[in-house]
Parts: sequence; structure tokens; C-alpha cells
Amino acid sequence: MLKSIKALRYHVLVFFSVIGPGFITAVVDNDAGGIFTYSQAGAKYGYLPLWTLAPITVLLIVTQEMCSRMGAVTEKGLSDLIREEFGLRTTFLMMAALVAANLLNVMANFAGVASSLELFGVSRYISVPLAGTAVWLLIVKGTYATVEKVFLFACALYVCYIVSGVLVKPDWKEAALYSVRPVLMLDAGYLQMLIGMVGTSVAPWMQFYLQAAVVEKGITAKDYLKSRIEVIVGCIAMSVIAFFIIVACAGAIWSVKPQDIADATDAAKGLKPFGDWAYFLFCAGLLNASFFAACLLPLSTAYTVCEGLGFESGVNRKFGEAPIFYWLFTGLIVVGAGVILLPNFPLVKMILLSQVINGMLLPFVLIFMILLVNKKRVMHEWTNSPAYNVVAWSAVVLMIGLTLALVAISVRGI
Amino acid sequence: MHGTLLPQLSHLYLTELIGLVVYDLRGRRIGKIQDATLLPLVDSARVDRFLVGGGWTWLSVRHDQIDSISLDGIRLRDEVLTPYHADEYMLRLVRDLLDQQIIDAQGRKVVRVTDVTFQIRDGRELWVMEVDIGLRSVFRRLLQGVLPPKWIRKLQSPISVNSIPWEFSNILEPDPQRRLRLNITTTLLEKMHPADLADIVEELGPDDRGALFEAMDAEAAAGALSELEPDIQASILENLEADKAADILEEMAPDEAAAALSEVEAETSAEILHEMENQPMTEVRDLLDYEEGTAGRLMTTEYTAVPSGFTVADAFATLGREETAEGLNTIFLEDSDGKLAGAIPLSRLFGKAPGTPLVELELDKLIKAPADMPETQVMELFDKYNLLTLPVVDNDGVLQGVVMAHEVISFLRQDR
Repeated sequence: MLKSIKALRYHVLVFFSVIGPGFITAVVDNDAGGIFTYSQAGAKYGYLPLWTLAPITVLLIVTQEMCSRMGAVTEKGLSDLIREEFGLRTTFLMMAALVAANLLNVMANFAGVASSLELFGVSRYISVPLAGTAVWLLIVKGTYATVEKVFLFACALYVCYIVSGVLVKPDWKEAALYSVRPVLMLDAGYLQMLIGMVGTSVAPWMQFYLQAAVVEKGITAKDYLKSRIEVIVGCIAMSVIAFFIIVACAGAIWSVKPQDIADATDAAKGLKPFGDWAYFLFCAGLLNASFFAACLLPLSTAYTVCEGLGFESGVNRKFGEAPIFYWLFTGLIVVGAGVILLPNFPLVKMILLSQVINGMLLPFVLIFMILLVNKKRVMHEWTNSPAYNVVAWSAVVLMIGLTLALVAISVRGI
Repeated sequence: MHGTLLPQLSHLYLTELIGLVVYDLRGRRIGKIQDATLLPLVDSARVDRFLVGGGWTWLSVRHDQIDSISLDGIRLRDEVLTPYHADEYMLRLVRDLLDQQIIDAQGRKVVRVTDVTFQIRDGRELWVMEVDIGLRSVFRRLLQGVLPPKWIRKLQSPISVNSIPWEFSNILEPDPQRRLRLNITTTLLEKMHPADLADIVEELGPDDRGALFEAMDAEAAAGALSELEPDIQASILENLEADKAADILEEMAPDEAAAALSEVEAETSAEILHEMENQPMTEVRDLLDYEEGTAGRLMTTEYTAVPSGFTVADAFATLGREETAEGLNTIFLEDSDGKLAGAIPLSRLFGKAPGTPLVELELDKLIKAPADMPETQVMELFDKYNLLTLPVVDNDGVLQGVVMAHEVISFLRQDR
């Protein structure tokens, strides 16, 4: 008995030693853009879209699992592997697209910081420069371990959404029912919303970040099974948060009157009649998510690009040793935060544009990933099994199809 | 064909070579260069063959069949070309080197090859001069085929060069057979400081890491291994053949070998121990008997202890004979029962008459730790008494080993 408790404790400890990369990546998926998408879904269609969360979770798990496996087995980043197998020019084009998409994403998240703090009466001319500086300092002064701790803490703060969802007192019976009952309507808006939910759930940067973080954390093929569980738990956590966001908006806004919302802060305002706490927590959640993503995106972009193109990288190197690395992430923060302060900046168009670029890039990333993960020379005995390949290819094809549909929708909006 | 005398080119980039048109004796176009190969067993730097794509197959052009090389193309002096056959002894520059990782033994880091610079000798031979990394070579690679080479050369000139001399470039090849055929040695790496080598090893993937440890001599491998993080140590030892792993561990200090082995899976660890020579094996196994996180696991067994009746002259004689851990600056005294009786900093021995009894020089207060004392308490002792070394004794007070100050530093850094 004592022995089995000891063994259990050991497994729990090992699990905590690999926790981080998969969890963080999945949870940050709910950034400012993701929160808006889910709020919109809940505000306009109520509980109907909830059934998509289960398939989204599966898609996410399949793609994330392959990346973290590649990281653990090869101990190389995804951009490294793409460079080795597909050459410099391909890598460069991908990196260029990734920088563009991520820059636009950084903008969206600084906008999230600005608008959530404006709800608390803080001017964006104060909040955005402060947030930008804080992000920069955290990255430059922090080590991988401390940054990861901050990120994990940010993950914990997502609990805000769960609490605010509960405070709204939504119709739990409906919510439970529609979580398992797929509803398809041939309604343009509804289809567009479904595509948006799936399309925003897997972004190219996540694959690069996850694999790099797995390598950085020193997870090896030996610990891989624990890492796989971590990925799965992370993806489920992401869906749970999404569930509560949708439910909160369904309970607060849709049940009063189904409507479109302009941004995530609109959703927060909709929660106000249900008490200050629901409102406050929803705003705090948005602030947390936006700030978190604004930290992670520039850092991950700089790492990925420098790795792929063979430049020195890493926060433990000095500015003079890794100039391109430092300039890149500093530039992403300065530009990403700076444009938010410009009056009349067409932010909505930029977010749509980022969806377009991400959507164009994602097929390449996913296809390269699946080709790489099946290379014996790279993965040895850790390649996909035939059955897993059927699942993985279907997931990839489905994901690409839905993403391209999202691209088509977004292009119309620009 | 060309009547004008072009200024002779001094160097050529691999990116420029790829795609150069090859002309036969009568100036007819044969095809474009696809790859170039070295034959490292014959010469480590001269390009031995050029692979030309023409029609269905690739042709192979020997270096002595070439009349001239310029940015306008390659002209042959001999037309008897053979089809290309894959050859295990060839290092193909585009396939095997471009975009792959190599070790820069001079700069002591792992880098990725973006381009290769050749020196042109006699206007017709190419010798690999440097491996290019960094922005300039990235720029060149990206624009190749988009702009004419001469323009690219002009445009790239403001960007600073970032290259590694070929003789300091260590290629990575996981396949041991191919390593031999390609004449890849680890001599450059074996000369490096173990700590630098360890930094490089940490950056590599498991395949390359394994290959390096397989190929390096046991002493260099042991040096690097003891500088690595425990989990990487374990993954290396588990992937090596047991006898090679044993050879490496024998070269390590017993405490370091024990620390490395303790992370390895029990079965593999037993196999490795089985392959080790008798004496180091027993020492390592004894250390492994101590529980992790105790003084017994931290201590080294390479210390010098002498009977307490010895004189300064006897002590010097013993020190000259025995192998003591590097950095250990204390000599220990044992009484007739083998129990630890005293400690003397080596510095106290100097300038004393050879006949001075050692007991006169020993420290007033002897601080020692039982082998099962927890790590944290060991660290507290070091801090409280400003120790440089701490002797570790068993239940009977017999000296078992010595914890040295550098263990404290490692411990504190790990903790952080």
C-alpha cells in the first residue's frame, strides 16, 4: 500500500516536471482573438455551438501531440527540422509569413490589453506602454524557468472565466445538452462562426512554440509518455475555458437578445447586469489572456526565426551576441504595441489579415509536420503508426479545409 | 569561345556553383551542376567530383577533367564522363552539408551551414575554404537564381562575413560506418575544454550526441560527460554500447561516475557496471549504495589519507605516489584502527622540516559528516565553518570519502 502511494507520488512528480509546454501552448490559444470568437459564438447563437468543442479538442490534441513528440525525440525545433529537410528558401518564406502573422497577432493582444484596462478606467496611453515595457523586461530579465512559472500562473488565472461563467447562472441543462448534440444549420452566419471557431484553434505559431518549449525544457523520448498526457490535459483545459466563455455569453447576452458583439469588451459589458464580479472577472480574464499572449508571441517568433535561419538566439546571450534575436522581438513589441496608440488604426482589418496569413501558412506547417513526423531517419521508432496517420491526415485535411474557408471569409472583410 | 580574358576569380560560393552550366570541348552545353563532392579519405578539401544534371541521369565530372571555372560556366578538357553512382565514400556538399548542423571547433558552438566558400586554384580546381553562416550567406542563398551572381556579390558586400575555416569545421554524422568512410575524426573536439565540449553536446540532438560519444576517445568523452546535466548523461549512457559506456565511466572520478549511473535505468546500469574493470566498478558500486541526496553521494573517493604517525616527508612521498582528486587541498590522518583522526591543509606542509610529525600540523577542530547526512545539512556545514573540504565517515568513524567545495556550487546552482 505504502509502496503504491510512493509510486503514485513519483508519477505525479514526474508529471509536474514535464508540465509546461503543452499546457501553456493550448491555454494561450485562448488569446484576445480566441476570446472574441467564443464570446461572439455565445452571444449570437447561445448554447448551439458548444458541440464543436469536443472535435476541436481532438484536432488540437492530434496536432499538438505530433509536435511535442518531434521535440522530445529529435531535441530540435520545428523550424530547425524544416530547414534540414526542406531547405533554406522554404524556411525563409515560412518565417517571413510567420513574422507577419504574429506581428498582427501581437497587435490584437495589445489591443486586448488596452480595451480591457479601459474598462477599469485606465487610458491606453498609459496601459499599452507599460504593458510593452513589462513584456520586454520579463523576456530579457527572465530565464526559461522563471518565464515558464509566470506563464503557468497566467494559465491559472484563466479560472476567472470559469467563475464568471458560473456567476451568470446560465442554463446548465441546455449547456450540457448542446455540448453533445451537434447542430448544423445552413445559415451563412452560423457556418461562418463554426469555421471561425475551428480555424482560430490551431495557429502556426503554436506548433513552433510548443516544439521549441519541449526542447528547451529538456523533455526526452523517455519522458515522452508523460508529456503526451500533459498535451492532452492542456487541450482539454483550453476547451473547458472556451466552454465557460461561450456559456457566460449565452447566459448573459443571448438569453436576453441574440446579437453580434463588436469586441470582447462588449461581451464583458453584457455580463454587467449579473453582478460586478462577473463583469470584473471577465475583464480580468481578457487582460490576463492578452498580456500573456503578448509576452509569448514575440519571444516565440524571435526564437523560431533565429533557429530556422541559423542566427544566434536565446535570452541568456547578450545583445551583441544575438543582435537579430533581440531586434526581432523588440521590434515586434514596439510595433505591436505602438500601432494601438495610433488614432484610427484599422485594427479589425489587421486582425482579419492575420487570420488570412495564418490560414495560408497553416497548411504548409501541418503538412511539413506530418511529413517530418513520418520520417524514419528523423523519428526512428517514434513515427506515426498507420492508424494514427489516418487520424492525423484527416485532422490535417479537415483543419486545412476549414482554415481556407476562414481565409475566404476574412478576405471579404478586408 | 570567349576571346576576352576575364579577370581570374579567386573564390566561388557553393550557391554560385549550383546551376553553373558545364560546356564540353566544343562549347556545347552538357547540363547544370547539381552537387559537388569531396573524397575526404583522399583529400579533405579539394572538390573531387562535380555532379552534372543532364537528361535522365546525373553525370560525374572528375576534378582533372575541368579546364576552367568562372561565373560564366565550367569548361571541360575531357569528355569521357561517367554516370553518377551513389558512393558511400563521397561527401556531397549540397545533400550532406548545406543546411545541416556542424560544430565550429574554434568558436566552440553548433552552427548551421548556409553556404560554402571555395578557393579557385589555377582557375580550374575548387578547394573548400570556409563554411558560411550568418546573415550574408542567408542573403546570398535567398537571392541566388533571382539576381545575376555578380549583382549579388556587389549587394552583399556591406554585410559582414561570418564564416568558419574548413579545418575547424567538424561535420556530424550519426552513422559510424559512414564516419569512417568520410574520414570524420573527433580530434578537434578532443582538444577542447571539457566544459566547452559539454556546452556543444547539450545543443545537439540525441543522434549526433550518441555518435560523438561513440567516436571520441574515452578520456575526452569522460571529461565532457561529467560536465553535463544528469538527464543528458543518462540518455547518452543508455544509448551507448555497454562496453563503451564502461570505458568512459572508468575514466571519470568514481563519484561522478556514480552520479551519472544513478540516473540510468537499473538494467542498463547493471550491464554497464558488469563491463567495467574490477577496481573502478567496486568503487562506483559502493558509492551507489549510498542513498541519493546524502553526503555519501556527494563525496569523492580520490583522497589521500596517511597514518597519523607519519612525518611531513612521508606525507610528500605518499602524495607523489597517489592519485588525488584535482582541487583537493587537504590530507587526512587515520589512527591505527583506520578511523579518521585529523585533517591537514596541504599549505601547512610547505616550509616545514621534513621530520615534523604531521599531528603537530593538524587542524584544531575536525569537522566531519556521517555518510547518510542529508545534502542540505552538508551545505550548512560548509557555510557555517567556511569549509573547503568535508571528510565523510561511516558509523565506525572510518574515512569513506571527501566532499569538495565545488559540489556546493553545483548544488546551489541546481537548486536555483
